[in-house]
Amino acid sequence: MEIHAYEKLWLALALVLIVGFIGTITYGAAGAGIDMIDDKGGTVDPATLDQHPKFGDPGIEQNGENSYDVYVVARQFVFEPGTTEPLRVPAGSTVTFHVTAADVIHGFEVVGTNANTMAIPGQVAEFTVQFEEPGEYGMLCNEYCGSGHHVMEGKIVVMEQEEFDSWYEQQQAQGEAEN
Amino acid sequence: MATASGGSEFVDKFPDEAAIVKASFLIAFVSLGIGAFFGLIQALHRTDVLRVIDSADYYTVLTGHGVLLAIVFTIFFLCGVFHWAIARSLDRPAESALFSWAWVGLMTTGTVLATVAILGGFVPNLGMSADVLFTFYAPLQAHPIFYIGLAMFIVGTWLSGADWFLSYRAWRQDHPDERIPLQTFMVLTTMIMWYISTLGVAVSVVFFLIPWSLGLIESVNPLLTRTLFWYFGHPIVYFWLMPAYLLWYTVLPKLAGGRLFSDPLARVVFLLFLLLSTPVGIHHQYLDPGIAEGFKFIAMTNTMFLLLPSLLTAFTVVASVEHGARQRGGKGYLRWLGALPWRDPAFTGMALAGAMFAAGGFSGMINAGMNINYLIHNTLWVPGHFHLTVGTAVALTMMAGSYWLVPQVTGTKLYSRPIGLLQVIMWFVGMVFMSNAMHRAGLAGIPRRTAEPQYQNFEFLTPIGSIFELRVQIALGGTLLFLSVVLFLFNILLTSLGEESDRPVDSYLPEPLSGPEGSPRILDNLAMWTGIAAVLVVLAYTLPLAGIIQNGGGLFGGGLPVPATVSAGFDLVMTTVTSAFNTLWGVVA
Repeated sequence: MEIHAYEKLWLALALVLIVGFIGTITYGAAGAGIDMIDDKGGTVDPATLDQHPKFGDPGIEQNGENSYDVYVVARQFVFEPGTTEPLRVPAGSTVTFHVTAADVIHGFEVVGTNANTMAIPGQVAEFTVQFEEPGEYGMLCNEYCGSGHHVMEGKIVVMEQEEFDSWYEQQQAQGEAEN
Repeated sequence: MATASGGSEFVDKFPDEAAIVKASFLIAFVSLGIGAFFGLIQALHRTDVLRVIDSADYYTVLTGHGVLLAIVFTIFFLCGVFHWAIARSLDRPAESALFSWAWVGLMTTGTVLATVAILGGFVPNLGMSADVLFTFYAPLQAHPIFYIGLAMFIVGTWLSGADWFLSYRAWRQDHPDERIPLQTFMVLTTMIMWYISTLGVAVSVVFFLIPWSLGLIESVNPLLTRTLFWYFGHPIVYFWLMPAYLLWYTVLPKLAGGRLFSDPLARVVFLLFLLLSTPVGIHHQYLDPGIAEGFKFIAMTNTMFLLLPSLLTAFTVVASVEHGARQRGGKGYLRWLGALPWRDPAFTGMALAGAMFAAGGFSGMINAGMNINYLIHNTLWVPGHFHLTVGTAVALTMMAGSYWLVPQVTGTKLYSRPIGLLQVIMWFVGMVFMSNAMHRAGLAGIPRRTAEPQYQNFEFLTPIGSIFELRVQIALGGTLLFLSVVLFLFNILLTSLGEESDRPVDSYLPEPLSGPEGSPRILDNLAMWTGIAAVLVVLAYTLPLAGIIQNGGGLFGGGLPVPATVSAGFDLVMTTVTSAFNTLWGVVA
């Protein structure tokens, strides 16, 4: 087959570009350690989410020093927590999110960051992020989920550690009182 | 490549085929008009420039926009182009005009049903709606006739492919030793890719969504139907693109004043699309839970290699156009650009579409980059990207190509070249405004598919310019694009109403510089390439699908067992599909 010399050169450059792209992405995954959302979050039964030990009363819980788990339920058209109550996390902490959906497919995006995942009924999206400085972030649903999709939003408040600790203790105490 | 003999125009030589092409184009252009009007409403609504509808109805409009433009306009136009290309390049009419009308009829009926279901969303008391957008992710549910219409439409496209394969088989009996004509080769490889990829959406719609919307089954596994959608949802991108590529390879060089650079490389490009279009769909699901990272990595690698045929196309098309310019007396390293026929709307439209596809290709590389995709997933960046690809590379090429193709099937001269030229330039300028602003808005985190991306809890921030400026650009761009479609439809309507001419357009297509003779015959072995494509699909999808079914609560979600009737239906369809596949294989081999 006759291939022109310029065409061969172009083909070689195209392959170098492609391999280069794959290389940088592989570095991002292996070297820089950017994990993909995957199947490690496991599954839940969306029909009985209310009785689930974690998603039944979603929120934040401490799992180690400066380390927390956050459970979030997305449902038409709120995040629990996040919409009626802001989601509170301490500054300087490592937070592992577990996000699921109760009714239809939703999206979970922390505005201006790369914290972004699909929330699919039956599946749990698990990912870990660092919150460095105190401040506020918006969160929104970025997958169409019904006629009120555009009002589905919330807030994350990153608090000073001490402030967070007193709020967290108060929450724990309330929880025990209710039980 | 077979060439139309001088003096005999397509419409005179193949009147039945010309009628099919005209009918396909008519439905395509009506859909284009409605879809573009919906697009205008959206561009003005979400930027808060003008809100004539309730925000809840925005999603009805958006569903109509997506379905009418991305499915009906593009695919009906494809059917017209392919029907023309098969008759032209094989130099023979279709085997049965009745059969051709059957698939046009089936696809049209499907379109009408789905459209009625979508428009029903505007009438609250009707109890019929399909506000599920182009992707119809369950558990959002549409009225059953939406899914039924969709299924009929897909089956119609299968029959159209069968029509072209039958023509090819008849031609092959008369020409046992000839190479497959290039345009026919392009049509057949594209259709094989389409058969493989539509299997996913057919299974999703027929086994899960239709029974579920009729209440026969209680639930579906949302991740499974979503994965089956994307199994089809990425190859459809190439189903949009291949008719544009067919025009870029076989028509654009001629319009530029020259001829195609290389026939064999064109074949290689179409084969690469056949092989790689389907085992990449998971790259739309990089942020889906329930799919292991390894499968995403495989999809990413395949996606990157899918850049190759498009990069090769860039070379061949630019080289062919440059050859044309030099034939017209163009000189110098870049000065030859000035020698091109820029006053011809068919040429200029396709050239601008190709230039914009390069930009769309680069933003697509970002989408394909598994980890960088976190930044832009489901933001306005994504529609910014695909308005460059399907919305310009494809749509603008189709509109520009119409200025050359429509006169061939109507036998009338183009009504106005200057209006045509204004139209394609207006599209380009409108898209520059709208698409760059959408990309930048996406980087600021503004979501796609949202009626009112203005929130209570936070403001979006953009490093350059302002959010206000981005909104103005989107509204302005959307308005220009809509006006461009109005000009296009006006020009085509008046063309079709014009007086018949003996020579409506110069339809002669010259032979390529390097013909197929020098290339290995194995390129034409469609059965072998189909087999390899199928193996790649099995490798990319078996394990992810098994995982989704096993871990995600079974075939129907919620851990329900598979009812006996459904499993019997499964067997029936598997047998039908296998035998249909064997028949296709028999024709190909």
